[in-house]
Amino acid sequence: MTVHQPTAPAAFSLPEYERPAGVHPPLNSPAYRSTALRAPGQPPVLLPQHLTEITGPLLGEGRVTATDADLTTGHGGEPLGERIIVTGRVLDSDGRPVPDTLVEIWQANASGRYHHAVDEHPAPLDPNFSGVGRCVTDSSGRYRFVTIKPGAYPWRNHPNAWRPAHIHFSLFGRAFTQRLVTQMFFPGDPLYFQDPIFNSVPQAARERLICRFDLDLTEPEWALGFGWDIVLRGQRATVFENEGDA
Amino acid sequence: MTGPGLTPSQTVGPYLGMGLPWTDGPFVVPEGTPGAITITGVVRDGAGAPVPDALVETWQADPDGRFGHPDDPRGAAEPKVAGFRGFGRCPTDADGSYRIVTLRPGALPCPDGGTEAPHIDVSLFSRGLLDRVVTRIYFGDEQEANAADPVLREVDPDRAGTLIAKADPAVPGLFRFDITMRGDGETVFFDV
Ligand SMILES: [Fe+2]
Repeated sequence: MTVHQPTAPAAFSLPEYERPAGVHPPLNSPAYRSTALRAPGQPPVLLPQHLTEITGPLLGEGRVTATDADLTTGHGGEPLGERIIVTGRVLDSDGRPVPDTLVEIWQANASGRYHHAVDEHPAPLDPNFSGVGRCVTDSSGRYRFVTIKPGAYPWRNHPNAWRPAHIHFSLFGRAFTQRLVTQMFFPGDPLYFQDPIFNSVPQAARERLICRFDLDLTEPEWALGFGWDIVLRGQRATVFENEGDA
Repeated sequence: MTGPGLTPSQTVGPYLGMGLPWTDGPFVVPEGTPGAITITGVVRDGAGAPVPDALVETWQADPDGRFGHPDDPRGAAEPKVAGFRGFGRCPTDADGSYRIVTLRPGALPCPDGGTEAPHIDVSLFSRGLLDRVVTRIYFGDEQEANAADPVLREVDPDRAGTLIAKADPAVPGLFRFDITMRGDGETVFFDV
């Protein structure tokens, strides 16, 4: 449609985004104790995907600078820890890349301490690491961060509870329906078995949160490379006729 | 045809304040924009306690009911008001409060020919939420439009009030919209 109409035609069709089942954690997950007072008690009401839902903020330009994707620079000195590259593509579930979309990350430092007033873990802060990064995906949906491998950290969910090393990711996609905040984990972490947040994800989908070590992404004599693709809800083409046949 | 599997959601955790807020986040339009309104409220948990570590995000149409987005079948609208972003984000304070400065959205046509009352979509994130929860802000002074709204019509009438922002009689342009995550007076949340 090239003509910009002031009002919509009497009836029109909109893209439809898939409604995932068996992918996201149940909000009521008692093993993660903080859900008890914060997860809704009532079932959600089905919201049709209308104009507000199939559109969304197209953020990027002006929100990032070229250096925001390198968490190891900008502090006068280099942070301590294992330097890593984390890269991959943002796709939708139809396999299409999501270009020009904002990716935000935050993480603990190599000692497992967040640069945040609330974090009381008695591990050292690193004056050369704030643990916050941003970038915008390129035309093929690719993002890339240079950072430090985060450390595991304790929390008070249950006795001797430790979070596996992870990086928090925030994604917008191109529609309100696609908004996603998640965490990326590392291969072979021994702490998975006791982490109720990781294990809140249905088992079949859990491994999707773990990045893969990739020697091809590894830069010789400089940094280990990890690959992780992020898949957002895809658009289903609207079926115009004979929906019963679909 | 099956594509790649969707990436599961995880909680923002207690340290979202590091990575997500922007200094201009609460300003869907720049402060001082003529006609700007402020929506404010407190996020509370199932014990009625204020939630000091949540993030409220909003997304809405412009005052003409248009979006600066190519998937709107009417075409992507150029912003008529300088700096209008449609999107807002505000972390809650120690007292659980947030605020968003914006313009009132217009009504929207529905694919089936109906009309949606002016509304703002809301995503709420916090520690203890393994996925965002979604709600909508409608306006208490739009009674006629609200009565005809196809989404509000599907909501239990006893709970629909949780979706209505109430104008503050003492302060023009100020609206109150509290969010109760669980329990008595629980806000209606949507599966989007
Ligand atoms: Fe974390």
